[in-house]
Amino acid sequence: MNKFKTFTRGGIHPPEGKGSTSNKPIRNAPLPAVAVVPFSQHIGAPAKPLVEPGDHVEEGQLIGEPAGFVSASVHSPIPGTVKEIKNLYLPSGIKTTAAVIELDGEFSRLGKPILTRDWSVMAKDEILDILKQHGVVGQGGATFPSHVKFSVPKGRTCEVFLVNAAECEPYLSADHRVMLEHTEDIVEGIRIIKKLLDPERIVIGVEVNKPDAIEKLKAAGAADGIEVMPLKVKYPQGAEKNLIEAILDREVPSGKLPIEVGVINANVGTLVSVCEAVRDDKPVIERVVTIAGGAIAQPGNIRARVGSSIQDLIEECGGLAEEPEKFVSGGPLMGFTFIDLDSPVTKGTSGILALTKKEVQSFAATACLSCGRCVKACPMGLVPTTIFKNIEHERLDDATAFGLDDCVLCGACAYVCPSHIPLISAFKAARGRKRRLAAMNKG
Amino acid sequence: MERLPLVTTSPQIHAPGSTRRVMGWVLAALVPAAVWSIVLFGWRAALVITASVAAAVITEGLLNLAFKRENTLNDLSAVVTGVLIGFNMPPEVPVFIPVVASVFAIAVVKWSFGGLGSNWMNPALAGRVFVFFSWGTDMTRWTLPGIGGADAVSGPTPLGSVKLALSDLSAGIDGPMRLLESAGMPTTYLDLFLGRIPGSLGEMSALLLIIGGLLLIILKIVNWEIPVAYIGSFALFMWAFDGMQYGGGIFSGDVLFHLFTGGLMLGALFMATDMVTSPLTLKGRIIFGLGCGLFTFVIRRFGNLPEGVSLAIIFMNILVSLIDRFMKPTRYGVVS
Repeated sequence: MNKFKTFTRGGIHPPEGKGSTSNKPIRNAPLPAVAVVPFSQHIGAPAKPLVEPGDHVEEGQLIGEPAGFVSASVHSPIPGTVKEIKNLYLPSGIKTTAAVIELDGEFSRLGKPILTRDWSVMAKDEILDILKQHGVVGQGGATFPSHVKFSVPKGRTCEVFLVNAAECEPYLSADHRVMLEHTEDIVEGIRIIKKLLDPERIVIGVEVNKPDAIEKLKAAGAADGIEVMPLKVKYPQGAEKNLIEAILDREVPSGKLPIEVGVINANVGTLVSVCEAVRDDKPVIERVVTIAGGAIAQPGNIRARVGSSIQDLIEECGGLAEEPEKFVSGGPLMGFTFIDLDSPVTKGTSGILALTKKEVQSFAATACLSCGRCVKACPMGLVPTTIFKNIEHERLDDATAFGLDDCVLCGACAYVCPSHIPLISAFKAARGRKRRLAAMNKG
Repeated sequence: MERLPLVTTSPQIHAPGSTRRVMGWVLAALVPAAVWSIVLFGWRAALVITASVAAAVITEGLLNLAFKRENTLNDLSAVVTGVLIGFNMPPEVPVFIPVVASVFAIAVVKWSFGGLGSNWMNPALAGRVFVFFSWGTDMTRWTLPGIGGADAVSGPTPLGSVKLALSDLSAGIDGPMRLLESAGMPTTYLDLFLGRIPGSLGEMSALLLIIGGLLLIILKIVNWEIPVAYIGSFALFMWAFDGMQYGGGIFSGDVLFHLFTGGLMLGALFMATDMVTSPLTLKGRIIFGLGCGLFTFVIRRFGNLPEGVSLAIIFMNILVSLIDRFMKPTRYGVVS
């Protein structure tokens, strides 16, 4: 019997690969001479551009406003001149317009004293509006706009506010460093969210491979009644639904949101942004990014302005020590490969990995042996091979009945498959096909 | 950059492992038993095993070539099938028989259903059963093992002798070991355990098979559920009900005798665990193992044949899709 909690079904233990970065303090990246700022850095409608080529912008100036209910503001990370508005593809495959801003002029925030404000006198709506105006989005990967997430739907109550500090993806240690270096900001962020949600319990879930972070959070959060729950190291502990199961022993019903079981959760990085937006009046224009992988010369965690080029960050980490097999944005299990090193850092970029051939282990797919390892690995209790075979035979309805839509795309099944079958690839494609079919039938 | 980096869908890393690695370990685990068969029966054992492997590999290679399919020999699964067929042969079998068994296993049972992963019956077992019922006499002519195989003295297997002796048993006797003794074949449990008894080439030493099987379980190449459920349930049934035919009461069966004779260990550790033809889930595999144990017991206890392992596993192979259909894991967030 393990004394640490975890989710019950499946899970895998890939090599952690965090050692090369987790013990080094966060460094500041040099300011970019040119920032490429996408208007779609979040889930939902892209922000509506407010600037045109030739415009001068201040550091932190609003350059894109939310264009819908689920949308987020975008700010200029540097002072400068808008050179062009161009189209580009982000590593995630999302096509977006972006403002290309060339650095010039004075920094209005950098190096200036921070004027903190007393948020305790603010109304809930006022705080939510600040989150919206400052472009705060979830930084754990999904980049869901925070002002929407922290508005409890009518007729619902948030019983538990869960702070996701599992950071279960291998290599990534940005959250770990943030917990160590911004402990107070996280706790202040939690206090702000507490005011919005009024939860009965606040629990921070951290995997036990971060004992120093657990200690610091415990000490900092004790006065506010914040519980810190050490969790067993197992991927995907930080997947929203699995974290809820691990900590609260509750399951979010299929197709529903966590609020269904009285839970709202947020990543630690998001809480720092919440704190900075509300207390310091600072929009989200930078974030901490883990630069790691076997091909990076000096891996580390870097605080970079949004819109910085990935190439610059890799240079900042000593460049490439060897030819990588893949460049990945995000973690190695759920992240996206990309080729264009000029791609910008966005609010959702948790890591940039340059992985070697040995780390990647890429092989051609062979026939399924029905070994059942995917079944054993699935944290959602699905039978991935059966879903895959139904997709292969164009039986999308059967694939759905077997739980295609419940898959959290964590990649555990495809990671363990000895036949290297591209399960996640098939699931993503099938869901895309379902969406298109549904849209066609509708209109 | 000399070469563009890969663009793939997540996950971007992968656990080391491949079909070839799985099959390679299975072969490695079978090596001790193969070596032992050669020690006991000499060059003939090597010839029979080599012939069945060659036949299996050549059949698969030719079929791939003839139908312009991708070469699948590198996955080593045909080699595993060949070795297992060789293991299931009596030492003095005419060499054409394992060859026919291999051709049948690969061409009919495996290839015609779509190749590795698509067959629903264990090819090696199917090949063995096919030749067993086609050339019954040759498949049941046994020889006593002797180091080096110098003198091929024929003699029945312990299970065969016991079956025969039981048919004209008039008074109660203290179990199968005493029965063997009275039939003029005094045997110790150690003889059974080490394979100093007549039997198929690969099933001789329970000890070496257990070592190989444990290796595969520890390396997580095969699961533990099937061997444990199979051997466990079989032992339980034998202990509970086998004593009665010797005139004993309930729970007086000789478990050790049945565990270490015949193809039980080979079947439970290397044939029933074939992942292609066993269930996907933990619960399913336990049911599969229990079924194998039950049917092996039923055939050995009530059937005309002394052995029951092959048929029991094949019977459970047939039920796999049914088991998979009902024994699904409990899904997250779905109330059934």
